[in-house]
Amino acid sequence: MTESLLSVRNLTTEFHLPDGRIARALEDVSFDVLPGQTIGLVGESGCGKTTTLMSVMRLLPASGRITAGHALFKGRDLMQLSEQQMRSVRWREMAIVFQGAMNALNPVMKVGDQIREPIELHNLMDRDAAEKRVGELLEMVGIQRSRRDQYPHQYSGGMRQRAMIAMALACSPSLLFADEPTTALDVMIQAQVLDLLKEIQKHLGLAIVMVTHDLGVVAEVCDSVVVMYGGKVAEYASADAIYNEPQHPYTRRLLASFPDLIRPSDTLASIPGTPPRLTDLPTGCRFHPRCDVKVEACDKETPVLKMIEEQSAEGGAIHCAACHLLHGEEAKFQ
Amino acid sequence: MSDHAMLEVRDLYKYFPIRQSMLDILLRRPANNVKAVDGVSFDLERGEVLAIVGESGCGKTTIARTLIGLEEQTDGEILFHDELVGAHERRARAGLVPLEAGTVGSSEQKVFPRMSMKRLRQQAQMIFQDPYESLNPRATILEIVAEPLVVHGLARGRDERLERVKTALEEAGLRPAEDYFLRYPHELSGGQRQRVVIASAMVLQPELLIADEPVSMLDVSIRAEILNLLRDLRQRRGVSIVFITHDLSTVAYFADRIAVMYLGRMVETGPAREVLANPQHPYTKALISVIPVPNPRLRRERVILQGETPNPIDLPSGCRFHPRCPVAVEACKVTDPANVLVGENHHAACLLLNVAASPNIASGEAAST
Repeated sequence: MTESLLSVRNLTTEFHLPDGRIARALEDVSFDVLPGQTIGLVGESGCGKTTTLMSVMRLLPASGRITAGHALFKGRDLMQLSEQQMRSVRWREMAIVFQGAMNALNPVMKVGDQIREPIELHNLMDRDAAEKRVGELLEMVGIQRSRRDQYPHQYSGGMRQRAMIAMALACSPSLLFADEPTTALDVMIQAQVLDLLKEIQKHLGLAIVMVTHDLGVVAEVCDSVVVMYGGKVAEYASADAIYNEPQHPYTRRLLASFPDLIRPSDTLASIPGTPPRLTDLPTGCRFHPRCDVKVEACDKETPVLKMIEEQSAEGGAIHCAACHLLHGEEAKFQ
Repeated sequence: MSDHAMLEVRDLYKYFPIRQSMLDILLRRPANNVKAVDGVSFDLERGEVLAIVGESGCGKTTIARTLIGLEEQTDGEILFHDELVGAHERRARAGLVPLEAGTVGSSEQKVFPRMSMKRLRQQAQMIFQDPYESLNPRATILEIVAEPLVVHGLARGRDERLERVKTALEEAGLRPAEDYFLRYPHELSGGQRQRVVIASAMVLQPELLIADEPVSMLDVSIRAEILNLLRDLRQRRGVSIVFITHDLSTVAYFADRIAVMYLGRMVETGPAREVLANPQHPYTKALISVIPVPNPRLRRERVILQGETPNPIDLPSGCRFHPRCPVAVEACKVTDPANVLVGENHHAACLLLNVAASPNIASGEAAST
């Protein structure tokens, strides 16, 4: 069995709102990221996908608190590090491609300078070497070196996203977080960016955690998938199992609402209602108000993650889901 | 009534002139245009759904804006129920063109009446992309949905107005409508806001809806709801829809016809299922191949086009797709391909198809190059 690069265990995050209410954004989130693999965090808006990334990177806004859990990265618990130690890990070891490349770049700084900035901050090399590295990075993501001195507004949407990727790779991290990297892009540019990420992963052996609400994107690039709902893990399995043997009703309905080009149906299934407000979570299973197969226990007891398939000796992924209708042992993560 | 389609678009052109500096003018540099729409023709029947598909910058939104009179076409005619539409009112008032009638076609010189903008917008309404920005944040839902009725003086009594707003909201799936009357847009979710946008477009009971990327800002689960709603409206009300999107997967299940655009031209048009199952133009083939398939077992060979849509100021010579085309041949750099019939009601503009369709053209081409 391969040692995981990042093990998130029982991560729980709360936001303290100005009016005194508490939003329970994450509860008991656990998953593993293996070296060189891609894991997808999927769910509707407001399910805690981005909060998971921000909690692991410890980039939560001031109102956010991580109240429990660990995130073991290369044997160190990120939650126990001082802010100083954390700063040496961020970008050097794990970098993030933020959502909305339009807004994540500094509009009054040349793109090349923005890519060089993290290299300088981490004192990785001298100025000339850093400059050379910027050129290499731009080339790696398919931007001509001659555009190094241009500003973000002179770049198209796809190029800005490429520049963001180059910036994330600047310090050769071993883990890359990508928060909705293709959401605002055209299909063709989206395909280009996904292709680029796959290529870079193969080339550099990176592990990628991809946050997206697009199940098509996940199927295209991910090895395993965490389906999140209302701040909790609904289902966690290999990509193949998620698409071909989905267990949780939410996963099934999410898949059904995706238009299928190969076998177009007459009506698209949708999930009525909206994800729960995190300040006002339903009792029992968080999905029960929208669930079409709910039973009596669903609004009373919170379902635990149940193991449906154990991790096999060959390293096949585990499959677990949190639903009262499923049978199995409670999933335990080492 | 005539045998014409409800909406006919003939050789539509829309160029946006680029502002020149004083120096450019003194040096007599030629004025440049952004050729956003460069010769587009299509028909739309009553109750039909036409999807216009293409990447950013292909001109699909410009077509939508021109259809509804937000932009004035540079050339070409738009006929809605055999009346000419287009943002010509201001020019007409200035005495530049007659307001009453216009002519179409140099050979026929057929005279058509002109339709005023106000009448057009009673019958054709637009749904914009971003439900977060297309609703007035300081108006209640009741005010927003009632406003078109007030503007067009359609429902004079308060009771009648309330009744029509209520019907429109409920048809858009906001039930019970009374619960929404006094709420503000910020209190609603993205999907609910898009429903309000649809209700305020449908309150006038238009015959034509122009939907510009109506679901691209929404989550997948909510996307399906909005698409199903549009589909219901079409079935119940017989409204025609021009559906503009960059995502072929969302149109697969409810468009009757698909028009694929590239750099201001329609490169392939045809019945939706036919275009998806049997694409003829290399651009359409590439677009279809990159649609993500929601199953890792079905990962396919994808044709990923490199680069981005070129700048529509300097169009490539010959076929405008040739610099990105995976199967381009020498002749593509020189000859601009014509639309050829490749199946029933199915047209595509590609030189390689021209060769197959009529060998005469190919041999003539070979002689000239």
